[in-house]
Amino acid sequence: MQLARVIGTVVSTVKNDSLHGRKLLIVQTVDRNLDPSGKPMVAIDAVGAGVGELVFWCRGKEASFPFKREDTPTDCTIVGIVDSEKHVTR
Amino acid sequence: MIIARILGTVVSTQKDERLRGKTLLIVRPINVDGSDTTGYVVAVDTVGAGYHERVLVVAGSSARLAQGMKDVPVDAAIVGVIDTVDVNGGT
Repeated sequence: MQLARVIGTVVSTVKNDSLHGRKLLIVQTVDRNLDPSGKPMVAIDAVGAGVGELVFWCRGKEASFPFKREDTPTDCTIVGIVDSEKHVTR
Repeated sequence: MIIARILGTVVSTQKDERLRGKTLLIVRPINVDGSDTTGYVVAVDTVGAGYHERVLVVAGSSARLAQGMKDVPVDAAIVGVIDTVDVNGGT
């Protein structure tokens, strides 16, 4: 898992039935100083995150585990919200 | 998942039995501002996307989890057509 910042949203009306009702957010990984560093990706939100929040996310097949794991096609999912940036010990 | 733009189609007659009836499209990953990157991916379409549309592409073994893709040998699937992308308040 990695820390990332939610930087935007994606709207998709026509999508695979197994993604209906899922919220899509754009996340960008951050470096040790919490500055943006990685390439932005589209992630499904499993925890109710919003734009601007610091979150952690998982990639790969495990990304589908918070949902119906055999039916949710995602390789990138937000699985937690960091309470406060003060809590990130560097 | 990545954002990509559809560049073209692939026609294949001789293919795995489980790929029969599936649409194969060539997509190019793009940045969130809509600018092109390099490279391309052949992805199976599950939503009926059209030429030059922006789509969501899921990669790796998760591509098999899309509805209609069970046990299909794919590692990239188009799972959504993008209406809007909103980054930091701008599209």
